[in-house]
Amino acid sequence: MTEIVLRAEGVGKRFGGFTALSGIDLEVRAGERLGLIGPNGSGKSTFTNCLAGAFPSHDGGFTFKGQKLAGLKSHERARRGLARTFQLPRPFRGLSVIDNIRVPLAYAGRDAATDERAMECLESVELAAKANRMPKELTQVELRRLELARATALKPELLIADEAMAGLSNTEVDQILALLFRLNAGGTTIIMIEHVMRAVTEFSQRLAVLVAGRKVADGDPRAVLSMPEVEEAYLGR
Amino acid sequence: MSDTTLPAVKLAAPRRMGHGTFWLASAAVALLVILALRGIGSEYAYFAATFVLQYVVLATAWNILGGYTGYVNFGAAAFFATGAYATVAFGKALGLGLLPCIGMAAIVGGALGFGTGVLTLRLRGAYFAIATLCLSVVLETIVVNWSYVGGSRGAYVMRPREVPWPFDTYSGFLCAVLVVLAAASVAIARTIEKSRLGLGLAALRDDEAAAEAAGVPTLRLKLVATSISGAMMAVAGAPLPYLGSYIEPASAFGLAYAVNAIAMPLIGGTSSWAGPLIGAVLLSSLQQAATVTISSAGNLMIVGVVLVVFVCAAPHGIIGLFRGRR
Repeated sequence: MTEIVLRAEGVGKRFGGFTALSGIDLEVRAGERLGLIGPNGSGKSTFTNCLAGAFPSHDGGFTFKGQKLAGLKSHERARRGLARTFQLPRPFRGLSVIDNIRVPLAYAGRDAATDERAMECLESVELAAKANRMPKELTQVELRRLELARATALKPELLIADEAMAGLSNTEVDQILALLFRLNAGGTTIIMIEHVMRAVTEFSQRLAVLVAGRKVADGDPRAVLSMPEVEEAYLGR
Repeated sequence: MSDTTLPAVKLAAPRRMGHGTFWLASAAVALLVILALRGIGSEYAYFAATFVLQYVVLATAWNILGGYTGYVNFGAAAFFATGAYATVAFGKALGLGLLPCIGMAAIVGGALGFGTGVLTLRLRGAYFAIATLCLSVVLETIVVNWSYVGGSRGAYVMRPREVPWPFDTYSGFLCAVLVVLAAASVAIARTIEKSRLGLGLAALRDDEAAAEAAGVPTLRLKLVATSISGAMMAVAGAPLPYLGSYIEPASAFGLAYAVNAIAMPLIGGTSSWAGPLIGAVLLSSLQQAATVTISSAGNLMIVGVVLVVFVCAAPHGIIGLFRGRR
């Protein structure tokens, strides 16, 4: 039986009177590729933010590698091997591409903070040739790769890729998918949050669906996608 | 992590001067400046240089928080005056001379910076700026009502009769102290900028959430920056009572210090240690020249005009102009 790397138990989050997440239970096994889907506003990003420590959850909590995450700040979760990318790329715009990678290497303390290691991270996303460029000189897909490289510099055990393919062409989607497959092959567990269904079905071993802040399905991707509740959530009655 | 094996790419990173070499170079420049001023030997040269140098320290100190982290501190005058009044208070209470008082000012300023940081660093943008402005008002009110340091009447601080060797006048000694403080401030700022701390501060300046996600303890780093910046701004103010042998709250907490501390780094460029140095030398020299040729009343107007020109024409300061051309 593979070890459970992440367990979410009854996670709930409210913004004033609006319930963004309610009673989310989820287990992710080490090395697994989990797709997390749902219509806009279903709570995927809120779940990511609660897991990464950007928002406190109101109910329930997370256990990561057997340790409760409650009370830990974002940087403490990152140092424990929990990495995330952002929906819109958020590079450190005043720093060069390689300095963007030096930040997690220097602060997370999970890997050698050397130039060689920084270059390896950039090489793994095919950005080594642009190491000394500034983020404003990168294309959209290169910015996505930089996000991934910054996350991999944390040497994560769990990576949450939050809409890493939004707005990309088919070829670019394939490039990012290949990167994620390679990371997963290296041992990183990945939660892919995505609207590009081709990528989700191709990548995910298991699919969980959120609708209006609740988990409505969790299981084999093909079975989940053919469930009436899921079809209804995406296509309406 | 990656199983790809690509050929190693050499980084074309610019060669950087090591920290030790930079400190030695700063010390050498400081010595040359002291010798040059000693060569000129006029009281006015000492006074003008002291005026410029105190702004070099103040602007460099402000930039450690305002420039490196992007948290705009409108309370520079509060920290500057804290340093000045630390000299008055510790001089009176313990009979300390200028040099120990500078050390005490650093401790008090650092503690004030830390306390301010704890109370305000969860605020952002305009709210943080307003909170620091309020600090200045609160501290000035306290000093105005604190008779031990002269209250609103002000306090007289007599210069020692004996001038430390090898200086011929106390003004020369005071100027040399500020040369050393300015050189040390610039070297500290550069050391921070090129260190792990500087990398973390630059990351949080650009995006705090992304910095946290990359493992940067943003709140701790901001507290470190506020404490160092506060200590150095207080150090800038510590020699003030000896400059004119008199200090009173309205001038120590004066608008000129708050405005100049912000304007000088903005004009020089906030992203580098050299920016505040260039901005402070240019702007304070201009103000000093205006004082002796026109009137001291127009100083802040000059600062305002130059600031407006730079904000419109060179938003990244003089350093930004040079970097843009490369």
